[in-house]
Amino acid sequence: MAILVTPQTKVLVQGITGDFGGRHARLSLDYGTKVVAGVTPGKGGQVFEHGPHRVPIFNSVREAAAATGASVSAIFVPPPFAADAILECADAGLDLAVAITEGIPVRDMVRVKRAMAGGRTRLLGPNCPGIVTPGTGDLSSGGCRIGIAPGYIHRRGHVGVVSRSGTLTYEAVYQLTVRGIGQSTCVGIGGDPVNGTSHLDIIRMFSADPETRGIVMIGEIGGNAEAEAARWIKAHCRKPVAGFIAGATAPAGRRMGHAGAIVGGAADTAAAKIAIFRECGIEVAATPSDMADALIRAAQAAGVALD
Amino acid sequence: MNIHEYQAKALFEKFGVAAPKGAAAKSPGEFAGALAGLPEGPVMVKSQIHAGGRGKGTFTDGTKGGVKFCKTRAEAVEAASRMLGNTLVTAQTGPAGRKVQTVYFTAASDIRKEYYLAVLLDRAESRPVIVASTEGGVEIEKVARETPAKIFKVLVDPAYGLADFQVRELLFGLGLSGAEAKNAARLVRGLFAMYLETDASMVEVNPLITTPTGEVLALDAKVTFDDNALFRHPEIVALRDLNEEDPKEIEASKHSLSYIALDGSIACLVNGAGLAMSTMDIIKHFGGNPANFLDVGGGASKEQVVAAFKIIVGDPNVRGIFVNIFGGIMDCNVIATGIVEAVREVGLRLPLVVRLEGNNVVAGKATLAASGLTIVSGDSMADAAQKIVRLVA
Repeated sequence: MAILVTPQTKVLVQGITGDFGGRHARLSLDYGTKVVAGVTPGKGGQVFEHGPHRVPIFNSVREAAAATGASVSAIFVPPPFAADAILECADAGLDLAVAITEGIPVRDMVRVKRAMAGGRTRLLGPNCPGIVTPGTGDLSSGGCRIGIAPGYIHRRGHVGVVSRSGTLTYEAVYQLTVRGIGQSTCVGIGGDPVNGTSHLDIIRMFSADPETRGIVMIGEIGGNAEAEAARWIKAHCRKPVAGFIAGATAPAGRRMGHAGAIVGGAADTAAAKIAIFRECGIEVAATPSDMADALIRAAQAAGVALD
Repeated sequence: MNIHEYQAKALFEKFGVAAPKGAAAKSPGEFAGALAGLPEGPVMVKSQIHAGGRGKGTFTDGTKGGVKFCKTRAEAVEAASRMLGNTLVTAQTGPAGRKVQTVYFTAASDIRKEYYLAVLLDRAESRPVIVASTEGGVEIEKVARETPAKIFKVLVDPAYGLADFQVRELLFGLGLSGAEAKNAARLVRGLFAMYLETDASMVEVNPLITTPTGEVLALDAKVTFDDNALFRHPEIVALRDLNEEDPKEIEASKHSLSYIALDGSIACLVNGAGLAMSTMDIIKHFGGNPANFLDVGGGASKEQVVAAFKIIVGDPNVRGIFVNIFGGIMDCNVIATGIVEAVREVGLRLPLVVRLEGNNVVAGKATLAASGLTIVSGDSMADAAQKIVRLVA
């Protein structure tokens, strides 16, 4: 088992006829992911072709899900229409909506989150790299890649990775892979202040997943999501956890690229979060080059084999 | 995006948020006209810059106070003449200060009591929150730390909106009743409507005041907007004041680069916000100081890399450059080609350390090596960071 998605998961892509969505749909197909449908309103009936693959396009998520059995959507819709695209997934009763789109207004996300509360559809993102459950083939192919992460840097294994940032996730995954340590699932929760799935949600899943033996949690300045997850880890998680917080040198009040990466008060600085990590028994990576090694240290201390 | 107080007050008026009558002037010729529109009595003269702490600020010519109470019109004109074109240094501007290009005259109000009121996002709850306090005119962070019982909050349900009972809860908390409560309720509702309809990130009134005649007025206004929502608010974009922004940051935004100037000597060029932040961190970790945050994004083009180099070398503090690229999907060789082109185009003479990893990295490194340029290669982030720190030391 992995978390949220497996190599058998059937995926639809909203915005498959756009440049961005199309490019990453092709990369997912190449990786071996079961991309079974595309959705672009007004282009229903057309076919998205890539090598041997012929992916049918539908006018709505509901139609696409009914015809193909897709249970997860990858959303590549431009910001003004992205909130609507997410709500359409919820209305169609999908298991998971993965919103890659960057730049969705906060007000839209506040309303979307309220509308989805208590429903069956989980939202990942927005402004996230997506999710990868690596496969067992060459360069981890045959896995489920939803979003924009490079598939080939992964390796099937037992470490769960959760992060707010894309390239920093790839950095951690790559460090693990070159050390021969594979991953169960790698999840990007996104860099926006209002997102669907939190660090804590993912940490709970990794904690309960029998395949996952260790966890890397990567956070940023801004908000209290990492602190919340760390306290839960201290109380409930029996697996070794390594943590890194980006933004130790960020000045207060300036947005560092991600809309959510902004220091508001004393509690959401990198220093405050790192102190909480230490307090909660999380092995802190001193630099971003140290993320995999920090987990190796934590696993050795706990007597856990990661490979 | 930030706006000036006088612009915020104009929005207040549109949304029925009561404030003292005021008028702005951008040149001495406009002073008389601006003052003529105000009611009889004393006047406040306020420097308009995008930074707080104006009242306690000092001008670079030694004059104190970016906000002045003036008993007569003549005094007001004199104060405004001194402020306009002068550079104001406050706790929030940094030592360089900001040049005052607009002054704002308002009718001075009799203050019975000062309060605090703001609308912003509660991140943990993913809902708007209205924050009010009986302690106005002071730093709200200090109140929160020292006397948290004096702060009242209501979370607004995005599905239902701001409920009447919630407005009452705030007003009772502030101890308002009668005409004051009625006026304050109208003001709270107006402020919340403005927060929603303009896609603001924060609307802050500090102080909010009551007057001896029962009026409730927003004496100051600080408003910031959600950059992601500006596409649907051309009327807000029109309020942008480029004089208040770093020219390098303006240039960067033209090329869809996310750039923030800092005061160190090692410039960074990175793909991805998280990696860019942690590149700054690792420079600091090894004893250097980052000159900037620069995220070229996930799909950077050659043109963007060239533009980024130009911005970086335009900063006189920069003594070395650290390029850190994790090319997941993007081809490292394309980036390497862009770097070589940029170095040639800007005639770079500063030390340059490049760390490339990911897709087609072997070809990328070969391109750098074959260029004949003095580019130092780093094997990992840590290795590259140590190299650039040594090179600028």
